[in-house]
Formats: sequence, structure tokens, C-alpha cells
Amino acid sequence: MDQKKLERINELKQLWEKEVENLNIREEPPVTVSGRQVEALNTPLDTKDLDYEKDLGFPGSYPYTRGVQSNMYRGRLWTMRQFSGFGDAYDSNRRYRYLLEQGQTGLSVAFDMPTLMGYDSDSERSLGEVGRCGVAIDSLEDMEILFDQIPLDQVTTSMTINGPAAILWCMYLANAEKQGVSLKQVGGTIQNDILKEYTAQKSWIFPPDPSMRLITDIFAFAADQVPRWNTISISGYHIREAGSTAVQELAFTLADGFAYVEAGINSGLDVDRFAPRLSFFFNAHIDFFEEICKYRAARRIWARRMKEKYGAKDPRSLMMRFHTQTAGCSLTAQEPENNIIRTTTEALSAVLGGTQSLHTNSMDEVLALPSEKAVKIALRTQQVLAFESGVANNIDPLAGSYFIEALTDQMEAEAEEYFRRIDDLGGVLPAIEQGFIQQEIADAAYEYQKAVDKGDRIVVGVNRYNTGEPMEIELLKIDPEVEKKQLERLQKLKERRDGVKVAGSLESLKKSAASSDNLIPLILEAVRCYATEGEIVSALKDVFGEYKEKPLF
Amino acid sequence: MSSKKIRVLVAKPGLDGHDRGVKVVARGLRDAGMEVIYTGLHQTAQQVAETALQEDVDVVGLSILSGAHMTLVPRIKELLSKSGMDDVLLLVGGIIPEGDREELLARGHADQVFTPGDTLEKITDYIFQSFKESRDS
Repeated sequence: MDQKKLERINELKQLWEKEVENLNIREEPPVTVSGRQVEALNTPLDTKDLDYEKDLGFPGSYPYTRGVQSNMYRGRLWTMRQFSGFGDAYDSNRRYRYLLEQGQTGLSVAFDMPTLMGYDSDSERSLGEVGRCGVAIDSLEDMEILFDQIPLDQVTTSMTINGPAAILWCMYLANAEKQGVSLKQVGGTIQNDILKEYTAQKSWIFPPDPSMRLITDIFAFAADQVPRWNTISISGYHIREAGSTAVQELAFTLADGFAYVEAGINSGLDVDRFAPRLSFFFNAHIDFFEEICKYRAARRIWARRMKEKYGAKDPRSLMMRFHTQTAGCSLTAQEPENNIIRTTTEALSAVLGGTQSLHTNSMDEVLALPSEKAVKIALRTQQVLAFESGVANNIDPLAGSYFIEALTDQMEAEAEEYFRRIDDLGGVLPAIEQGFIQQEIADAAYEYQKAVDKGDRIVVGVNRYNTGEPMEIELLKIDPEVEKKQLERLQKLKERRDGVKVAGSLESLKKSAASSDNLIPLILEAVRCYATEGEIVSALKDVFGEYKEKPLF
Repeated sequence: MSSKKIRVLVAKPGLDGHDRGVKVVARGLRDAGMEVIYTGLHQTAQQVAETALQEDVDVVGLSILSGAHMTLVPRIKELLSKSGMDDVLLLVGGIIPEGDREELLARGHADQVFTPGDTLEKITDYIFQSFKESRDS
């Protein structure tokens, strides 16, 4: 746009501002869920420096602002992937087969707390927690039951597992082999993102250095043997759920991503050998436009840094592919049916932001693991968006909006500011050690809660329009028998398996853990002879030690 | 009692790592003038009870979002009683279904249970009120 036209627009804008100045203003502040003040109007003045080719480009081309595939949803819709798991492997296997029958296109495993923390179901620490928040997996036997009658060459699986990711991944691979599926064919994702465990999700086991080594061992093993596997899902989801703002989610997630890239390079891997298999996982919170801009900014920042700072040349190393889950923390226990609407707008922002796969929360997830009815509605939400709403017809349809482009730029700049602060502290690990990232998140969470308690931030059905009516909704209950049955089965397995072989595999693993060998082949071997997760973790703890957090609030 | 600050232990028993709520509550109680000690994550029932005793607290607040509350809360209550801390105000917060909430209260495992949607003010008011009553009686 030429200078003269811009000047004219500026004059008109001033006239408009004058007119608006004296008009009535609604009492609810124009602020996002992240506390960002939103301008009333954007104009070409806000996007005058936007360079289409340099800043946006075409879908499937650098800097990927408009999407990572050239045909996006015109070619293939996003993968509808509902995160699920409860009780024992039999219970969850039934749910997975139900979801696949309902048209779900990928699986996503939720493990129970003991599995996430590296304890077997029979550990004292597991008491009362077996099968509660997800499915209980102790050994390869459980993994075999979990995927019974599910062909692992046709379905891709995402597993939310971090501290013990290498172990559960090996169980999945060993099970695929038993199904007769070659490792070259299996596809899926492990979360494997330990950095955000230290700052947000808090399911850690080992200290940072050995944890990062396990991660780079996975990168190297997958590059050779399991080429279709996404070796990490660098996650902002939990950072956001822990209370961060949208920009903090964006910045801390990408900073973690760059830390993994540096770890890979420092372990001697060429960046283009592992970076194409890095994937991301973001939250879709309730502020519609801020979320869309977050995804667009994320793709652009990733592409630029990977190219300019880390010298990646393979285009796949520059493409940020990501999964999205709608925001659990935006859901309310009051009038849970309203959560269907919240989830719908959040899912829509993820789709307009160009996500590769999506989980929509069920309306009852604030209260319990979802019932079958609730999870079906959640899946149908995605199907209605995909097949009825028409939003998948045009690629990045909001591009060029003065508001969207201005906010995308602004969020990119704010994330860059966080990168500078983290660099000043010496990088991500020192920033975690000094509690910087944790404190930023805790501060944001506290500010948000105060705003809700004061009524400045409206939550429908909670601090406004609260009728106090009791809720009527069927919840999923976990039978306490699950824990008992799981313990019995584990006991039988321990009696049945070859104890000498198990002990030998654990001994070899320990020896290698103390060296710099790649540990994946050794874990795979231990898993194959039915060593349990807890046994493998405790062998590694002997060598690596455990992480301890300095509690702050 | 009126001049002395109320001492509160906020604790995360079990393996659950959801600490957003507990940290917000800890800060809210501190801002309301109480002395707050936070255990950090992944505490066993034993560790919580021991810390409560060592710190000589008036209130123990347990945050549980993993579904393990029906196992953990009664155990901690029992351990507190065993160490002579029967008079400690035991509060629970988290994802606690209504039926479980009623049971915890009816069996005397907890003095009060707070769930999503409850405000910081409601929690602080409850604590101040409890100590006002015990002082008056």
C-alpha cells in the first residue's frame, strides 16, 4: 500500500477514534484469558510492514506461517485422536476398539500415575492409584492386551509418557514385532518431553542430564530403525494447564524444542537426521483469536530459528507439526454441558490454526475420566467441524486479517523477548534450576485465579449466571477391583517368566547406563523378557539417581 | 490465638503432579496472613504426617487430583491421630466427586472438602471462622 493511502487511513482512523471516545463502553474489560489487552480495531496501518513472501509464504513453504502441508485439509483432514485410558489393559482395549469403530483415526494412550512415575502396580507408592488416571501398564504382557486385535501397521498411536518414555516405547515396539509388524512400518508418537515435566506436568524420574541422554538415545535409535516414529512431542499443553499465558506457552515450548535440538547436535547427530521427527503439542484455550495467532507464530518462529540458527536444510526439519488438545482447565464442574460449547470453539481455533491432530475434551473431564457418551459427543464435535461447518475447505482462511497478522507478529516478538531472558539465565536448564519458568507460570496462574474470584474474568455458570442447581451427569467410576486384579496378574507374570534372563538383562542395562552406549537396544531386550517397568526404572535409578524439586509457590 | 499467625501445611500426597491449584491456594492463604508451608510433590502419607508434626501446624490442606483421595485421606487422618494431632483442621481440595465428598465428611476423615469453583475467599473464610469458633468456645 502506498504512503499516501496509509496517511489517508491514518486520518480516518483518528476520526473514528474521536467518535468512539465518547461512546458507551461495556464494563467487561477487552482482555484475553491471558490478560492481554485487545485493541478495538486493526487497520492496514498495523500490517504495513508485512512482507507476504517473507512473513507468510505459501502453505507448505517457508516460513510455514500458513501451514506445513501445501494442500492442508484439502488433502487430508487432521487426525482425530482422543486421549484415553483407564483401569487395566482389558478396559482400555475395549475403549480403543469402540473409538476406532466410531470413526476415530488414531489412538492416544493415557497411563495411570504409577506408570507415568515408573512404579509397578505392586509398589507401595502405587496404592490407590492403579488404573485411576489412565491405564495401568507394568510389562509387555499389559501392552499385548492393550493392543489386542488392533493392527499396529494400520493405526498410529500416541503415548503420553515422559520420564519412562524409552521403556514404554520399547514395550510398544516389542509388541509390534510380536504382531509381525516391522519397526520400519510402525508409526506413532511418544511425548518424551522431560523439560516441561520439570516446569509443568511434574512427572519426572531422573535428573536432567541422564534424562536428556535417554532422549537423544531415542532420537538416534529411531533415525536408524523406526523412521515413522515421532520421537518427541514438545509440549506446551501442560505449561498452559499449569496456568501460563498463551505467550508463555508459546515461548517456553519453543525454548524447550530448541534445547532438544541443541542436545541432539551436541550428542553428535546431524540436525537433519533427527529434527524431521520432532513434533509439538499445544493447548487450545478459550480465547479464539489469540490461540490461532499462537499456532501461526509458532510455525514461523520454529522455521526461522531452525534454518538460521541451527542450519537445518531438510524442509521437514523446519516444519512444525503439532497435535492440539482443547483446554481442560477451561472446563467447569458447574453445568458441565456448557463444556461442549467451550470445547467446540477451542477445537475450531486449533483447526483454523492448522493443527495436524486434535483431541477434544469430553464435557465431564473436569469431574472424572470421560464416560462413553461424553467421549462420543467430543469426537462428534470434531466430525461436525470437519464435515459440516466448511472450515476445512480453505487453507489458513484468516490470513491477511489485520487483527490476525498484527497479533501473530506481536506474539512472535513477545516470545523472542522470553528467549532473550532465558538465554540471559544461561539456557532452559539453568532457567528451570533457578525456578524462573516455574515462577512465571505460578504468577500467571495466581493472577488468573484472582481475576476469576473478583469477577473481572467471567466464567459462565461459575461466577456469573450460577444457578446453584445440582448437576445431573453420569460419571465413569473405576472399580477398586482393578487394582487387585492387576496385582494378581503381575504376580503370576513374575512367577512365570525366566527370572535369570530378567536379572541378566537388567544387569547389562545398568552396565551400559554407566557408559555412553545407546540404551534403547538394552531396554528393548529387558522388555522382551518381561522385565517390568518398575524393575527397569529402578535399575536405571541405581545409576542415574532421582530428580528432586525445590518447592515454590 | 488472635495474635499468633495460623500455621498451615499444604501438601501433595500421592503421585499426582497437578500443582496449579495447591500453589494458588498456598499463595492465597499467605496473602490472607497465614504462615504457609508447602511440602512439594509426590509425598507419601507418612511424609505428610511427619511434616505436619515437625512444623506444628494448625491446619493441613491436602490437594489430590488423581482420584486416590479415598485411599490417601483416611490414611493421613489416621497417621495424624496416631501422632496426637487430632485437633488439626484437615482440609481437602481437588477433583472429589460429590458422593466421595459426603463420605469423607461423614466418616470424619476430613473437616471440609473444597472442589472446583470454590474461591480462595471461601477457603480462607472457612479457616478463620474455624479458629474463631474454637477460640470462642
